[in-house]
Amino acid sequence: MEVANIRRKRDGRITIKAGSKAEALMVSTLMILAVLTMIGFLLFDYSGLELKKAISETGNNLKTMFLEPALTHFSWGEAIYQVGITVGLAFLATVLGAVISIFLALFAATNLSNEWVSKVIRIFVAVIRAVPTVLWVLIFAIAAGLGSEAAIIGMLFHSIAYLVKAYSEVFEEVDEGTLEALRATGSNWWHIVMHGVIPSTLTYLMSWTFLRFEINFSVAVAMGAAAGAGGIGFELFMASGFYFDLREVGMITYAILVVAIILEIISTRLKNRYFPSQ
Amino acid sequence: MNDIMIRKRKWQFTIFLIIMIAATYASSIITDFNALHGITTFPAALYWIFSNMLISQETLTRLPSILDKLLETIFMSIAATTTAAVISMFLGLMGSTTTRVNRAFSSLARFTASISRNIPVVAWALILLLSFGQNSLTGYLALFVGSIGFLTRVFIETIDEASQSSVEALRATGATYFQIVNKAVIPQCLPLLISWILFMIETNIRSATLVGILTGTGIGYTFDLYYKSMNYNVVALVTFSIVITVIIIELLSNYIRKVIL
Repeated sequence: MEVANIRRKRDGRITIKAGSKAEALMVSTLMILAVLTMIGFLLFDYSGLELKKAISETGNNLKTMFLEPALTHFSWGEAIYQVGITVGLAFLATVLGAVISIFLALFAATNLSNEWVSKVIRIFVAVIRAVPTVLWVLIFAIAAGLGSEAAIIGMLFHSIAYLVKAYSEVFEEVDEGTLEALRATGSNWWHIVMHGVIPSTLTYLMSWTFLRFEINFSVAVAMGAAAGAGGIGFELFMASGFYFDLREVGMITYAILVVAIILEIISTRLKNRYFPSQ
Repeated sequence: MNDIMIRKRKWQFTIFLIIMIAATYASSIITDFNALHGITTFPAALYWIFSNMLISQETLTRLPSILDKLLETIFMSIAATTTAAVISMFLGLMGSTTTRVNRAFSSLARFTASISRNIPVVAWALILLLSFGQNSLTGYLALFVGSIGFLTRVFIETIDEASQSSVEALRATGATYFQIVNKAVIPQCLPLLISWILFMIETNIRSATLVGILTGTGIGYTFDLYYKSMNYNVVALVTFSIVITVIIIELLSNYIRKVIL
């Protein structure tokens, strides 16, 4: 019996790769990205750049920053207080975001809500996420004045967008049987949520919230620097942009690094414990 | 027994709640955040946004220059992501437990990634601004360093997860390191790696705005310029153009993900 489906190359060798749509798309995606990168480098505005000098200068700057860190414009106590402000901003945005997101996520989860409401919330969240956090903060700052309120509201928007997505996916994984059993007992929607959905997903919800807290910390640093929200980010901006004090920049960077690494270690542990498959 | 358990859990939950409320209270004092003020200004702020941030006919004349800057930002993000992906691929191969050459290199790769990831992009932008000055390369480099940190971490995780058994199988046949990577690791991980690269591009376009504000490059600079001169109609136009770009890129990458995964 002759096998008809063997594809051969022109010289008679059997082709071993089948070539599917997915593969073609992957290759073309990579090609397009490579081409766009090259075009990008050609189009960049290199005005006022002396590459060699810049690289050696950066090397020197990094050396000063990381090997001789020191505080000059404020004390250690002040530094810790500023880090505290940044952590506080991140914490408030996360906690308030989590509370609002739980309600929104309940309506966004397809198994607890109707399709139409869920779709509206998802579109709403996608639009919110498309605006960068810093723009939210600056836009709110016009109306509410620069300060922690504008920063927290701006950060809240993205926290909500992130958490609603995460929470609603968690809710959708609740066993349909549990919901059905509760429904059969005559429980109303609120009972189902309070006694069936929330208790069985609480640990996941808390892990996601912590992961967002980790993200919010670096966002809070950024908002301090770019949107005048205060905290260690603002000090970093002042040290590098106004005082040109590299040693202080180094010290502040170390302070941020320490907090960020502690948060990362905790969140990695949480991830390995509660999301082993990911 | 069960009753005691439930009561214990309730207690734990109550204590947790009290700690959370205390921490919220402490944070709002330290950050000088007034929840009431926040809530009351919120509708006013929304009203202000809808009444002041309108795109008028006159602002549309600025559109070409805005699009020009937007394009620069998009190219910056893509270039930063792809070049970072190439470096991260090597670091990922070095760092992953299945493909590492030795333990020291693996730790080195993980350490590099951790440092570049945990120092925020803002800090990199400000540090680089000092010597590179105000041009595209500064923004590019800041995004590049941040992307390496993130991509290396996810590449290591992807390689660890996907290719354990096939790497073992190929090693048993006596394949060289290069053959193992080329024939087992890359084909198996490629869809996930591309998916992460697309995610990074989306993220980078958003961070590029932030980096742009700090380093005076790309769309962030345009935004900052009109924001500071209080020309809010143009600010609205800039914001809308960013939103549309981000959504288009998200839809595109969702489509690609759907086909390849």
